[in-house]
Amino acid sequence: MGIEQKAGDLGLVTTTLEQAVNWARTSSMWPMLFGLACCAIEMMAAQASSYDMSRFGMELMRASPRQSDLMIVAGRVSRKMAPVLRNLYDQMPSPKWVIAMGDCAACGGVFNNYAVVQGVDEIVPVDVYVAGCPPRPEGLIHGIVTLHEKVKKEQIKDWA
Amino acid sequence: MTEIREVSFEEFKHLVSDRAIKGDTMLLNMGPQHPSTHGVLRLLLELDGEIVVNCIPDIGFLHTGIEKNMETKTYQKAEVMTDRLDYLNPIGNNLAYCLAVEKLCDLDVPPRAQVIRVLLAELTRMASHLIWLGTSALDLGAMSVFLYTMREREMLLDIFELCSGQRMMTTYVRPGGLWRDVPVEFVPAVEQFLKIIPAKINEYESLLHDNPLFIERTRGIGVIKADECIQWGVTGPILRAGGMAYDLRKARPYSGYEQFDFDIPTRQEGDVYARYEIRMAELRESSKIVRQALDKLPGGEIRSNNRKFIPPPRSEIGTSMEALIHHFKLWTEGFTPPVGSVYVATESPRGELGVFLESDGTPKPHRVHYHTPSFANLQIMPLLTRGHFIADVVGIIASIDIILGDADR
Amino acid sequence: MKIPFETLTKNLFDEFGATPQEFRGEVSYLIPAETLVALVTRLRDVYGFNMLIDITAVDYWPKIAPRFHMVYHFLDMSSNQIACIRVPIDGQASSLSSISGVYINATWYEREIWDMFGLRFDGNPDMRRILMPHDWEGYPLRKDYPLGYEEVEYSFNFSEIDLKKLHGKE
Repeated sequence: MGIEQKAGDLGLVTTTLEQAVNWARTSSMWPMLFGLACCAIEMMAAQASSYDMSRFGMELMRASPRQSDLMIVAGRVSRKMAPVLRNLYDQMPSPKWVIAMGDCAACGGVFNNYAVVQGVDEIVPVDVYVAGCPPRPEGLIHGIVTLHEKVKKEQIKDWA
Repeated sequence: MTEIREVSFEEFKHLVSDRAIKGDTMLLNMGPQHPSTHGVLRLLLELDGEIVVNCIPDIGFLHTGIEKNMETKTYQKAEVMTDRLDYLNPIGNNLAYCLAVEKLCDLDVPPRAQVIRVLLAELTRMASHLIWLGTSALDLGAMSVFLYTMREREMLLDIFELCSGQRMMTTYVRPGGLWRDVPVEFVPAVEQFLKIIPAKINEYESLLHDNPLFIERTRGIGVIKADECIQWGVTGPILRAGGMAYDLRKARPYSGYEQFDFDIPTRQEGDVYARYEIRMAELRESSKIVRQALDKLPGGEIRSNNRKFIPPPRSEIGTSMEALIHHFKLWTEGFTPPVGSVYVATESPRGELGVFLESDGTPKPHRVHYHTPSFANLQIMPLLTRGHFIADVVGIIASIDIILGDADR
Repeated sequence: MKIPFETLTKNLFDEFGATPQEFRGEVSYLIPAETLVALVTRLRDVYGFNMLIDITAVDYWPKIAPRFHMVYHFLDMSSNQIACIRVPIDGQASSLSSISGVYINATWYEREIWDMFGLRFDGNPDMRRILMPHDWEGYPLRKDYPLGYEEVEYSFNFSEIDLKKLHGKE
């Protein structure tokens, strides 16, 4: 659809364009500050000096959803917080990605009860799940690198 | 569940002043997702221009149902959930729960385990104060302090990982003692940490203590004195900054704290700057306690031998029939304490952390209730923010040092 | 002031009919619900218990009378004594007078008990839910409220559970 229909299969032009755009997106993907609970502390540790996330392009964390590309849901999402989460996801401009960090965001974690949403993928579509309670900063960085590889495989027909 | 519900104004009309209803003042939502609220805290601010007239905290965005969930698990399994309450002080939460279980079941704790518990509790207090310092300075604009304190905290997390295998949620303190003995590398690692930390604390102080910007933003802001603290049930550094020298480690000592020699820092002003000074002084006192604990570390066992409550070591299971039977009973059914209720309180970095544990003779607790300091301390938010600017609200929240996992449970 | 527990016990028994129970060195007093505010005022003014530490409740369902026990802890900071007061309440008559006139920090604790157990307090200036969303139905910490857990998914029941799971859309 879109460019491919109008221009036909241009081959070399579209693949170079894909590579350029994907390279630009992965090299400076800015996460949104969405630390909820204990995983937020490990996310802060990953951002700090020992395990530096700015090496991977995430120089700063924007608090405003209008200015960020990536939402790292770090921590347990309670029933009261769920509409807020969906609202923030809707406010992010596309292209946007979601990483579910930690066991509670991935599947509800230790807490299988009335108050915790069992996995944040009930509310938003998730791209990468990072397991751990809380995951080590290296684990989060591995999740981010996996997301970068996933983005690099995106093709023009997904976003044009 | 995924729709936004419009909250009608009728529901909290009784909390805001008449000027808001007339339209004189503005109601601003400092929402659950905010860079400076230290978690998911929602504050409804009633503003007259930039000055806060009233502030209504709205908590519950991190409510996890831990108390109800612990009622459906046995005492051993329920301990895993206690780490995640006040997630900057996981060993302190474990310690409070284990002290309550030990009081309920009348278990003895060997002296080596008590000293190591004190050591780890003080190291956790230092880790919590380091993160508090980093994030408060970050909120008030000093970003380099955050990077320095996280670097020191990594050394502490390495020490916790040495003992238990996990950086944060260790569940290392178990009823009757500890999970297993500390490894050989533990003592040199703690020594190494103690060697460098006094210089680092001086370095953080030199960045903030006489900094005119920091002083402008914190002196005279958010004042609460000791008698109001007692009325509102506030404990911890806020009470000590208001002038009263009350520390649970000295008032109702637990786990052998009476053998250690440390001071209780106090200030008289009760503002944000006083709380900052108190927590820096507490960092130094904690390193003193860790030094004493390391010097007097006795040998001996690490866990009580009462096999009705404590599982036997794995090596015995192959050779002893009783050990196998005890292991089987404890893992399938759990232990049964007598009927009754206890209340045990410890001093967490935020204030009084108390556990009310009631048992009804079954292997699962009948009621576990945590009296958490963040829930008690958040009640004074309207009092502290009245008459200040919005920018001061950020500093005040940082100085109360709330953790929303603690407040919402 | 440092008052020995025997004197306190005797005084409370004579004036308010408080029966003491002792367990592991801690004494708790069972009192009838009508005497609560008067006793609490005496504790604060005469016996010097100047801080309210905590209010909580225990549910004894399926026992109906009394179904709940309200548990109050008070602290005397000068002598580090804790007084524990237990008030039995029936399942039907679930209303109690608030002590927020005596101890001002009781407001939030009583809100939490209203939220979790459904016990109303007359005289509390702010009776709203505190931890659950405003429109939540039910009182979670009661024993007849289910835990609300999700069925664990194994390979043999994967297809039934997976079909019913919600998934977030774009």
